[in-house]
Amino acid sequence: MNLAASILEGNRLAIARLMTQVENDTVEGLAGLEAIFPHTGQAHLIGVTGAPGTGKSSLVNQLARCFRHPPPGKEPCRVGIIAVDPSSPFSGGAILGDRIRMRDLAGDPGVFIRSMATRGSLGGIAKATSGLIQILDAAGYQTIFIETVGAGQAEVDIARLAHTTLVVEAPGLGDDIQAIKAGILEIADILVLNKADRPGVESAETALRSALRLASSNETRSQHPEYIEGNQADDSTVTSNKVWSPPIIRTIAIDGNGIEVLAEKIEEHRCFLKESGEWKKREKLRLQSEVDALLQRTLMQQWRDKMSVMLYEKILSQVTNRKISTTNAVKLLMNGDNIQ
Amino acid sequence: MTEKKIRVLVAKPGLDGHDRGAKVVARALRDAGMEVIYTGLRQTPEMIAEAALQEDVDVVGLSILSGAHMALAPKVLELLKTNQQEHVRVFIGGIIPDEDIQALKDMGVVGVYGPGTTTEEIIGDIRKAISGRLN
Repeated sequence: MNLAASILEGNRLAIARLMTQVENDTVEGLAGLEAIFPHTGQAHLIGVTGAPGTGKSSLVNQLARCFRHPPPGKEPCRVGIIAVDPSSPFSGGAILGDRIRMRDLAGDPGVFIRSMATRGSLGGIAKATSGLIQILDAAGYQTIFIETVGAGQAEVDIARLAHTTLVVEAPGLGDDIQAIKAGILEIADILVLNKADRPGVESAETALRSALRLASSNETRSQHPEYIEGNQADDSTVTSNKVWSPPIIRTIAIDGNGIEVLAEKIEEHRCFLKESGEWKKREKLRLQSEVDALLQRTLMQQWRDKMSVMLYEKILSQVTNRKISTTNAVKLLMNGDNIQ
Repeated sequence: MTEKKIRVLVAKPGLDGHDRGAKVVARALRDAGMEVIYTGLRQTPEMIAEAALQEDVDVVGLSILSGAHMALAPKVLELLKTNQQEHVRVFIGGIIPDEDIQALKDMGVVGVYGPGTTTEEIIGDIRKAISGRLN
């Protein structure tokens, strides 16, 4: 079966098979991605992140349902879901349990759910996540949710991968809110306060609101912090005065409360991105970071292929004996081919 | 090159609501380095076959304590076939009367495990059953 051609026709078996190939980093997988790449770039990518147990999977379940059955007058769109869970650092195995919360979507041919393990990647998503997104994108899934590993502070890779990032919070996490303020809140385009029927919802919202206010007093807020670095002013073709300030939406995912409002906000954010020119900017940075990541891996591989294992071990043992510093070791290793 | 992972779908078809055993097995398979997709309780054969397709698993493990195995297992096998997923190996764990074990195996179930089975046995059997496909 020609996987790429079948994927463009939306064949689910082909989608699943190529996903496996891409996850396993095979030659066939790379060839498949290359073939479908021209057909990507259509989908709205929505990242969903937040601490474990805040209800990410249940929210994605409800949102997907909402996008599949929109209010009258709107077209339902096909929904892809990529749910990432952590691999065990010891055995390499994983329990992927996000489907448990997504049973409402079973039997709907307009929904494709794929669970994936991080396989050693940090940052809340896996190395192959962007490849899997491309496959769903090329297969015609217009809205793609990417649910990250339960993340706390620094797992912000999702913001580079998605157009719209939802950060999910829940009341009762107490002082955790303080910790969360520093990292993950900054990548939110929309903040979701889930489990809003729980006690403590008012104080949680107050805490979030004050954290957001602090953030937005900083003028770069609207630029999406992930993208500021070095990319602020170079895109003179796009001029925009529009500012997006992340709203806080209360939801109770378990019974669908607040989901329609959230879905509208997501749509609003998509329109904002398109109208403000931010979409193009994010696309560029998104692809740039994909290229960079791939480049990094390829360079590392090339270097490893050239490197003699013996020399590597020798230098490493000098480091462990405190004979040379780690910095010096790298210098020596980079000149590896001269030494041999 | 990333190594190929064994992907297993652990599912509980039918109506019984006791999934301790399924979770113990899922955990053991995880510790054996497999990627285990756990789908939760009360799955229909259709849901299981569809999940197996989307997740492109190598193995489906069914946990059945309700006594409905002679109805549920053939249905799952049939749907896997309809989906061109014949290569997926199906295992069953639960309360299965001895006289049904052979019948299940004749249908195409690779292994049937009752109370007292060690997780090592299950892991070994899974590895053996799909060793041909991994290369």
